[in-house]
Amino acid sequence: MNLKPETLSKIYEVITHYPVKRSATLPLLHLIQEEVGYIPEDAITWIAAKLELEPINVYEVVTFYPMFRRQPIGRRHIKVCRTLSCALLGGYKTCETFEKEFNTHRGEVSPDGEVTVDFVECLASCGTAPVVLIDDELHEKVDCVKAKQIADQIKAEAKKR
Amino acid sequence: MPAPEQRRIIFQHIDEPGYSNDLACYVKHGGYEVLKQALTRQPQELIDEVKKSGLRGRGGAGFPCGVKWGLVDRKSGKPIYLIVNADESEPGTFKDRYIIHQDPHQLIEGTMISCFANNVQQAYIYIRGEFPHGARILETALAEARAAGFVGQNICGTNYSCDIFVHRGAGAYICGEETGLIESLEGKRANPRIKPPYFPAVLGLYQCPTIVNNVETLCHVKYIAEHGGEAFAKIGTPNNTGTRVFCVSGHVQRPGYYEFPAGTITLGQLLNEVCGGPLPGRTFKAVIPGGSSAKILRFGERFKGKRKVGADLVDYDWGVEDVPMDFDSLGMIGTMGGSGGVIVMDDSVNMVEALANINAFYSHESCGQCTPCREGSLWMKKITTRMVHGQARAEDAALLKGVADQIPGRTICAFGEACSWPTQSFIAKFGDEFKQYPETKKTKAADSRVLV
Amino acid sequence: MSAPVAKPADLVTVNIDGKEIAVPKGTNVIEAARLVNVDVPHYCYHPKLSVVGNCRMCLIEMGMPAVDPATKAPIIDPATGKQKINWIPRPQIGCGTNVSPGLHVKTTSPMVKDAREGVMEFLLINHPLDCPICDQAGECKLQEQSTGYGRGYSRFIEQKNVKPKRTQLGPRVVLDDERCILCSRCIRFSKEVAKDDVLGFIDRGSYSTLTCYPGKELKNNYSLNTVDICPVGALTSTDFRFKMRVWFLKQTNSIDTETSVGANTVVWSREGVIYRITPRRNDAVNDTWMADSGRVLYKQVQAADRLTAVQINGNDSALDIAVNTAAELFKAAPGAVAVVGSGRSSVEEQFLTKQLAAALKAAVVLVSRVGEGDGLLVSADRNPNVRGALVTGLISALPSSQPTGLAADIDAGKVRVVVAINEDLAAAGLTAAQLTKVSVVYLGTHKNATSDAAKVVIPTLTVFEKSGAFVNQQFRLQKFLKAIPAVAGATDDLVVLARLVAAAGGATVAGDLAGVWKSLAAAVPALGAVTFANLPETGLLLDAAPFAALPFAEGATLHFKPTAKA
Repeated sequence: MNLKPETLSKIYEVITHYPVKRSATLPLLHLIQEEVGYIPEDAITWIAAKLELEPINVYEVVTFYPMFRRQPIGRRHIKVCRTLSCALLGGYKTCETFEKEFNTHRGEVSPDGEVTVDFVECLASCGTAPVVLIDDELHEKVDCVKAKQIADQIKAEAKKR
Repeated sequence: MPAPEQRRIIFQHIDEPGYSNDLACYVKHGGYEVLKQALTRQPQELIDEVKKSGLRGRGGAGFPCGVKWGLVDRKSGKPIYLIVNADESEPGTFKDRYIIHQDPHQLIEGTMISCFANNVQQAYIYIRGEFPHGARILETALAEARAAGFVGQNICGTNYSCDIFVHRGAGAYICGEETGLIESLEGKRANPRIKPPYFPAVLGLYQCPTIVNNVETLCHVKYIAEHGGEAFAKIGTPNNTGTRVFCVSGHVQRPGYYEFPAGTITLGQLLNEVCGGPLPGRTFKAVIPGGSSAKILRFGERFKGKRKVGADLVDYDWGVEDVPMDFDSLGMIGTMGGSGGVIVMDDSVNMVEALANINAFYSHESCGQCTPCREGSLWMKKITTRMVHGQARAEDAALLKGVADQIPGRTICAFGEACSWPTQSFIAKFGDEFKQYPETKKTKAADSRVLV
Repeated sequence: MSAPVAKPADLVTVNIDGKEIAVPKGTNVIEAARLVNVDVPHYCYHPKLSVVGNCRMCLIEMGMPAVDPATKAPIIDPATGKQKINWIPRPQIGCGTNVSPGLHVKTTSPMVKDAREGVMEFLLINHPLDCPICDQAGECKLQEQSTGYGRGYSRFIEQKNVKPKRTQLGPRVVLDDERCILCSRCIRFSKEVAKDDVLGFIDRGSYSTLTCYPGKELKNNYSLNTVDICPVGALTSTDFRFKMRVWFLKQTNSIDTETSVGANTVVWSREGVIYRITPRRNDAVNDTWMADSGRVLYKQVQAADRLTAVQINGNDSALDIAVNTAAELFKAAPGAVAVVGSGRSSVEEQFLTKQLAAALKAAVVLVSRVGEGDGLLVSADRNPNVRGALVTGLISALPSSQPTGLAADIDAGKVRVVVAINEDLAAAGLTAAQLTKVSVVYLGTHKNATSDAAKVVIPTLTVFEKSGAFVNQQFRLQKFLKAIPAVAGATDDLVVLARLVAAAGGATVAGDLAGVWKSLAAAVPALGAVTFANLPETGLLLDAAPFAALPFAEGATLHFKPTAKA
């Protein structure tokens, strides 16, 4: 695994947070996913070796937690909340708007490679429903109109690049 | 009777203009003075204050915090751990988010006081993966606190040391269950443990005695350390002491977070006065008062019986609006206070579709370890999804109830109750809608709201 | 299994369905119930693995006697006059609950019936209807328990989960993920017993799937135990796949001859053909496990190189002629005969071998077979019964790694006839030249260099075709029983040896099991009053003291620790 030195130093540091190495499985997966964008095949064996585990132990964890993805995603990750409060305020329409704007389906990478739209479970901001988590930014009260605005902005940023 | 005023103790500085989440601001407002004071006292004193306060957990179970601390095995010789449960994932709940993002030092101070009281040298904050900013904010706050001597070695110049590390989850609601959280912290799949024998107070993290407390609960500990358990117990109502942060979402004019002394505000006051009532042209139909795991209430229902007020047994005859928002009253009428997440549905909502949404959540979040929850939650989801998108049969209501009745009480953890109570209560309270659904769905408008 | 004897202070009295029983502290409710013949159905619980309590099938109703919290005095129920029992409103799992004094258990109440039917229904809704093609049929816990505790009809009209079927998990194990009920017995076994943490569940909820990490396999030498303990047909044996329905198979108790561990086994056969071998529970020897390498030994029976004809100088002959030929060879070389016995022979055969050697005034050599022990159920001694030879007095020292003494004697012309009992002298270390210098009388089961070079070849029986006993590394005498009739052309070893003894001029000895045992018990004081018939199924520990000084090769294995040398 070819990781950046900063990532590696963070990895070594975080392992020291726990008396049992195995606890560092989730932090290491997060760090690798932050750098690479997803969890590549060799990350699992690399982590297993580093934490003195069997690859199956890491593989079990990667597939249990939905935030870890095994495939690359679009440049931007749009997570729309699908749980009750957001759905009651139109969350499904919000998700559809994003899908339509980028000509994609949830779970896939859009044709232009710019976004992946995912429908996720409660993001704990139900008071400002519908909510959308785009990369690390939480967007609140995202109805269809606002969704389109956000989509336009993403496309504008993409053009600039 | 008009609704009481909010009493923002925990949320005192949330959304306050000019208040920032850094250490300087916190200290300016008197931050960490309570910790300094607490360090001069005997740890057992602090535990006694918490016991006196009657503080009940704010994560959903409402288990008395003092009792939980009292169960910790202090004779084993093993290190005692404290874990902050910042995995806020109960649908309808959004209070810990604000504490973490806007007032993290309050949490850190509350945590340190609790650690000191319980002779803990190592604490972890398990924060859900979907709060990436929150995790960064906490890391920054902890670094500040360490630099200032409030966390880490020799706290405030005493010989007490305790460090806190942030540990990010990755998208599993079951990590909110204390033993599931512990398993996740150990780097495994978040499968809750069987109790007995794996009570966290005895065999928790790394098989050592462990305390798992909710974010808001630990913030209340700070207040108790400052003002004493008796003072805390005076807030709220007997056995339901202190303030609660209610999170209202769904079909109200002013959804959001509101902090009130427990039991001093009724559901009606909260929804109608504080939150402005239903949306224009709509009427309230149903409300889930304690996070989606709580049993639903139907507006128009009445609850009658006798309850203890002080030393007397008093009659009560309540409509949904009359129910006081506290653990015991809500428990008495067949639902629960839970996490304080109030989800409101108006007459535009079809209950079958709402249940389908909830069932999809639970079946997705089930860890899959034990048979009834794993298979039952998915079966209920398949039934309700089929009813909405496929063929709905009149007998599906009875089938749903039959399936749901086989889950609670038979599972390893409370997720069994959490996934089956919605179905049981929806069918119990809105059974007519379920039976009529095969017909009603035929006349649904093409652009009607989709819930699943 | 009977309750082990425990000190009275360690016994706890519990009440199961009205029956009182005292059981050792630490016993769980499933085992306690077993002792009063109450069956508590379960899937994930296994007596030799850690408890996880995830199948929820063993839910039962429990209660504790009511006492006044202040005075601790028992609260009496006025209706019955007996102490009131506080029944817990939620059912509890039996496997995860250890007995406590006064514990009351109900396994037939409506709550329990409801719980079981609920769990059964849930297990069946995503379970494929594979019974007609599933190997587990007839020994499937899901089938058995749905018969006993199931609802009898299905209310599930949705689509069942689809998962990988027919995955070759390893060379000997096939996995069908749809049938898996996620009990995790296989994962726990691989981790805790086989110490090969290679299995796990991926994904979540009802989509959880058992798998190995891609590229890894379940191929350790204990992989087939997961097939034994899998309560359903998710893990099946590649070798046994689609071969036979289990209800047609006859079960015979036997002993694994792979090593001196002496793992207890069951041989499954039908109409003279063996289909598989599985372990038999013996808590003192092998728990409920055996090595994969011991299971394939049944293939010896019909191997292509099986000896099936009595031969003299390579020509087919008959037993009588062979015995006479042997007699002549013996007469022509008085005092120049050697006997090569086997650590794979049974105790009875070794006893007769000793008579033969005595009659021939021959030296006895045993062939050593030492390998590396795996610390579990494969010991360093690959002979199952060297200790039988010691106990019967056939040998008094352990076999040496090379038959140097015999080789020297052959070269010096002091030995001109060798009686080889199921041992290939070439493989043991004699050279081809040495083999040509002697006349060999070969008793054995399979063709080898020695049988090729032998003057007289008398085919004998594999362990599956005869009965007898072995003494394992613990000095435990364990019996094995005949599972299938002898292959045509082979003769029972005891018959052949008895005739050879007579041919050698020795006293008449019995050639049948019962007869041999009479003499055996009389001649070997260590055996005391034991007969083959009354030898317990779990074996009989013999006194190892007389042999304590010998340098046995075995290291520690599952239930064996080598004694410290003085």
